[in-house]
Amino acid sequence: MKNMALAQDSTFQVQAVRRDFPVLARLIHGKPLAYLDNGASAQRPDAVIDAVNDYERHHHANIHRGVHTLSQEATALYEAARDRLVRFLNARSRHEIIFVRGTTEAINLVAQSHARTTLKSGDEILITHLEHHANIVPWQLVCEQTGAKLVVAPMDETGDVNFETVEALMNDRTRLFACAHVSNALGTVLPVKRLVAAARARGIVTLIDGAQAVPHMPVDVQDLGCDFYAFSGHKLFAPTGIGVLYGREAMLERMPPWQGGGDMILTVTFAKTTFNGLPYKFEAGTPNISGAIGLGAAVRYLEGLDLAGSRAHEHALLDYATAALGKVEGLRIVGTAKDKASLVSFVVKGVHPHDLGTILDEEGIAIRTGHHCAMPVMDFFKLPATARASFAFYNTFDEIDRLSMAVERARTLFA
Amino acid sequence: MELNDLYRDVILDHNRRPRNFGPLDPADASIEGFNPLCGDRLTVRLKMAGDAICDIRFEGEGCAISTASASLMTEAVKGKSRGEALALFDRVHHLLTDDDASSEELGKLAALSGVREFPARVKCASLCWHTLASALKASDARALPAVSTE
Repeated sequence: MKNMALAQDSTFQVQAVRRDFPVLARLIHGKPLAYLDNGASAQRPDAVIDAVNDYERHHHANIHRGVHTLSQEATALYEAARDRLVRFLNARSRHEIIFVRGTTEAINLVAQSHARTTLKSGDEILITHLEHHANIVPWQLVCEQTGAKLVVAPMDETGDVNFETVEALMNDRTRLFACAHVSNALGTVLPVKRLVAAARARGIVTLIDGAQAVPHMPVDVQDLGCDFYAFSGHKLFAPTGIGVLYGREAMLERMPPWQGGGDMILTVTFAKTTFNGLPYKFEAGTPNISGAIGLGAAVRYLEGLDLAGSRAHEHALLDYATAALGKVEGLRIVGTAKDKASLVSFVVKGVHPHDLGTILDEEGIAIRTGHHCAMPVMDFFKLPATARASFAFYNTFDEIDRLSMAVERARTLFA
Repeated sequence: MELNDLYRDVILDHNRRPRNFGPLDPADASIEGFNPLCGDRLTVRLKMAGDAICDIRFEGEGCAISTASASLMTEAVKGKSRGEALALFDRVHHLLTDDDASSEELGKLAALSGVREFPARVKCASLCWHTLASALKASDARALPAVSTE
C-alpha cells in the first residue's frame, strides 16, 4: 500500500526529527501514537521543554523590575525571545512584536483597541466564510459596539476563496479586512498577499490570522504588507498560553492600550497615567515569561531544521493522505482547494466523525473530530462535523497508512 | 477498554435502524437537545395521555452512541408514567457514569454500560435523556428553551 516512490523521494530525515519529540515514542492503548492533530495543537521538541525547564529551575523572577540577577536574567531571556520572533517574521523592530496569550487574544486586542476606537456606524468589516470563530466573533462584538457592519466574502464548493470575489466587496465603507492565511477546517491557503495589496490600495486596515500558516510556511510580514499578523505558539511546537501579535509600528503607536496595569505603565498618579512605549504598552501585567522563552526556543529549533526538506515532506504527506483516503469507499474529502496546507478534512458515509475519532483512538491515532470552531464552514457544506487529520513534518507515510486502514475498519463496523 | 464493549450489537443495530425516528404531529412537547462539543442535535417529541407517555419520537443528527441511545430510550419509556420515565433517567445516568451501577432489569438499555469506559462519549449517550427529562419536568414544555450538554 505504501507509496515507496514518494517515501524515498524525500531526503528529509523524519526518523531523526521524531526523536526530538519525546511524546512521539508513546504507546496509546498499546499502539504507537500516530499524532495527526497538529492543527489543534502541535507537540513540543526537547529543545522547547528543556528551555522552559532551564528557565523555571535556574532563572525565574519577574521581568523589567528587579535589579537583582535573576530578574535581569529572566528579562534578558524574555526579550531575546522577542528578538528571535522579530527575525522569524521579518518585522522591522521589536516594537512590532507583542506577546499575547494566542491568536484569539491578538485578534481581540486589535478589535478592541483599533477597530472599536476608530469605526463608526455604516463602516464595514470584511472577512471570509472560512474563518475560525476567533476571527468572526471579535468583529461581531465590535459591530455591536460601533454600529459597523460585518460583510462576509463567500467561498466556493471546493472551500476556496476567490481573489476577485473578495476584492469586489472592498469599497469606500470597508475599514478593515481580516482573513485566515490558512483555513483550519479545510486547509485552504488564501491568496493573502494579493488580498492585502488590494485592501491597502483602498486604505483598508488588514489583519491576517496566521495560526494555521506559521507551522507550514515562511511568513514575512513586510513582504505580505499586512498591518497585523496573529498566531499562537502551541501550534508552532511551543507551549500553550503564548502567542504573537505583529503590528505595524505606525498602527500600534496610534492605538490606545486595551488593558491597564503592570508593564504597560510609565508613571501613575491619581490624576493621570503615562503609558509605556511599544511593545510594552500592550503587555499589561506579568506576562507568560516561560511561554515566551519556550516560543523563542521553538523558533530556534525550526531555524535549525532543513526547512525546504520539511516542507517538501509535509506536501508529500498531504498528497499521500489525499490519495490514500480517497481510496476508502464512501469517504469524501471536504475542502479540495488547489492550494492547501498539510491537512485533510473528511467525512465517511455511515460513520459519524465522533465515532470515527473513538475508533481511531483505540488504534493510537489522534485526529480532531467536530466543527473545528468554524460552524459557518460546516453549515456551508451541510455537515454537523468532519474528521480532520492535520500533519506536521514529524509525521510519516506509515501513520497515514494506519489512518486509512483504521477508517476502512470503522466503515466496515458501521456498514 | 474494548471497542466491542462500546459498539455492542444492540448499539450498532439501533444506529443503523433507529426506532421511533421521525416527526410526531401533533405533539404535546417538542424539545431540542444540542451538544456544542460535537454538534449533535436532536429533537424529542412527546404525546401524553394524562400522566403517561403514549407516544415518543425523535429526529436529528448524531453519532452512533447518541442515535442508539435515543432509539433505545424511546422504546424504554413509551407507555411509562412521568415519574417512571424520570426514575429510569436516573438509573441510566448512573449506568453511564458510575462503575458500580447495576444494569439489572434495564433490559436493552444495559447495552449503554460500555459508554462509561469512554468518558468523552458520556454526553453523546445522555443528550437524549436530558432532553426528555426537561420535556417531562416542564408543565408547558413547548415554551422551554433548547437543552445543551454544556
